[in-house]
Amino acid sequence: MTEQTTQNAIIEAKELTKKFGTLTAVDNVSFSVKAGEIFAFLGPNGAGKTTTIKMLTTLLHPTSGEIQLNGFDPRYQQDAVRKSFGIVFQDPSLDDELTAWENLELHGVLYGVPKGLRRERMGQLLRIVELEDRRNDQVKHFSGGMRRRLEIARGLLHHPKILFLDEPTIGLDPQTRNHLWSYVMGLNRTEGITVFLTTHYMEEAEKVAGRIAVIDHGKIVALGTSAELKTQTGQPTLEDAFLALTGSAIREEEAGALDQLRMHRRIMGRK
Amino acid sequence: MYILWLRQIKRYSRSRSRIVGSLGQPLLFLVALGFGFGPVFEKAGGGNYVQFLAPGIIAMSILFTAMFSGVEIIWDRQFGFLKETLVAPVPRLHIMIGRTLGSATVAFLQGIVVFLIAMVVGFRPDQWALLPVTLLTMFLLALLFTAFGTALASLMEDFHGFQLIMNFLVMPLFFLSGALFPLEDLPPLLDVLTRIDPLTYGIDALRGSLIGMGHYPLVLDMGILTLLVVALMITGSWLFSRIEV
Repeated sequence: MTEQTTQNAIIEAKELTKKFGTLTAVDNVSFSVKAGEIFAFLGPNGAGKTTTIKMLTTLLHPTSGEIQLNGFDPRYQQDAVRKSFGIVFQDPSLDDELTAWENLELHGVLYGVPKGLRRERMGQLLRIVELEDRRNDQVKHFSGGMRRRLEIARGLLHHPKILFLDEPTIGLDPQTRNHLWSYVMGLNRTEGITVFLTTHYMEEAEKVAGRIAVIDHGKIVALGTSAELKTQTGQPTLEDAFLALTGSAIREEEAGALDQLRMHRRIMGRK
Repeated sequence: MYILWLRQIKRYSRSRSRIVGSLGQPLLFLVALGFGFGPVFEKAGGGNYVQFLAPGIIAMSILFTAMFSGVEIIWDRQFGFLKETLVAPVPRLHIMIGRTLGSATVAFLQGIVVFLIAMVVGFRPDQWALLPVTLLTMFLLALLFTAFGTALASLMEDFHGFQLIMNFLVMPLFFLSGALFPLEDLPPLLDVLTRIDPLTYGIDALRGSLIGMGHYPLVLDMGILTLLVVALMITGSWLFSRIEV
C-alpha cells in the first residue's frame, strides 16, 4: 500500500474507522485523491465502500480518524462539504411522484443555484443524458437506466468539484454504461471534476479510473494503477488481480430493510 | 424550505387514490355513525348527533392525514429520496420545517374538504363568527400530528413500525379523544385517558368554535395545542437532525 500525501489532494482520509456495534465496517483506512483524478474503490459486497462514501459525504459520522474534502472537514463543516460534491447513490434516490424536471428543480433550489442559471443547466443536462423529451413525465414511469441518467444529471446540476458515483452502472445495459462512462470521463477532462467511484465491474474500473484502491473487510489491501495492481499480484488481468487480493469466497450481504420493503410494497400494491 | 413544502403538496395532489381513500372513511363515519346513533343520541338528550360528530370527524381526518404524511419519511428513507435531501447544503432544521409545513398544509386542506362533506351530510355550524378560530385549530392539529409523525418516523428504520403506530397510537388517539362521545360524566379511567389525549383539546376547540359545545374553555384548548406543537416541533427537529442513513 502506498502512502501518498500530495499538496493538491482534494479528498483525504487518515486512519478512518467506522464501527457499527461490534462490526467494523471501515477499519483504519487512509488514502488521498488528487484534484482532477478519477479514483475507484473496488471491493466485494460488504467491504466498506459505501460506508466510506457515506462518511465522506456527511451521511455518517466516523467512529475515529480524520477526513477532509475540498479542504473542509465533513464532520464539522457539513454545509461547505455538501456544496463541494455531487453524488449518485447506490440505491435510487429520486422522488417517483415528481417529474424529471421537478426532481432537478428541487435539487437546484436546495443547492442555491440561481434560477436563470438553473433553468439553463437543467435544459442542457437533460439533453446530455437524453431525457429531454421525457422531462415532464413522472419518474415512476422511467426505466432503471433513465433513472440513473437523471440522477447523474442531478448530481452535476450544481457543478460540484467532486462527483461520487456509488456503483452507478448496476443494472444498466452495456450501451447505457458505455454512454455514461464516456460522459463522466468527458466531464473529468473538460471540467476537471474529480471522480470517486465504486463498481463491481473490473473492466470499467480499468478503463475509467486512474488509480484503484482494492478494499476488503474494511481495509485497503492494495492501491495503485491497474497496471501496478497486476504487476504486484503477478496476474494477467485486473479481475485475476482482484481475486488474488480478496480471495474467491462469495460474500453474503444481509438482505437489507430495503429489499424487505420492496417486497412489502409489491404485496400491498402501492403504486 | 418552500421547495420542500411544494413537493409535499405536489405529491399529495398526484396520489388520487389516496385522496379518494382518505375522504371515503370520514364520509362513512359521518353517515353510518351519524345517522346510526342519531336517534339514540337524541333520545338521551344529546341533541343532533351529526352536529356533535362532525367536528370529531374533521379532526380525525386531519389526524390520519397528518400522521401518515409525517411517517412518510420512512418511505423517503427506504426509497432513497431522504438521502438526497440530507446531503443538500441546507440545514436539517429547514428541511424538517419545510416538509412539516407541507404535510400540515395537506392535512389542513383535507380537513377543509371533510368540513365541506360534513356540510353536505347535514352539518350546520351555529356560529360563523368563530370560523378563524376553527381554521386555526385545524392548522394547529395538522402541525401537531405531522410533527409527531416526523418525530416517530425519525426513530424508525423501516416500515414494520408503521402498523404498530396505526394500531397502538393513531387509533387510541382517535377513539379516546371524545370524537364520538361527549366528555361529560365519563367513567374515571376514560376521563383520565381523554385528558391525556391531545386530540381531545383539538376536537373540543372545534366544537367550541363551531357549535358552542366546548367542554373546556377555548383558550385552554388553544393554549395546550400551541404548547404541544412547539414541543413536538423541537423534538421532531432534534430527532430528524440525528438521522444517519
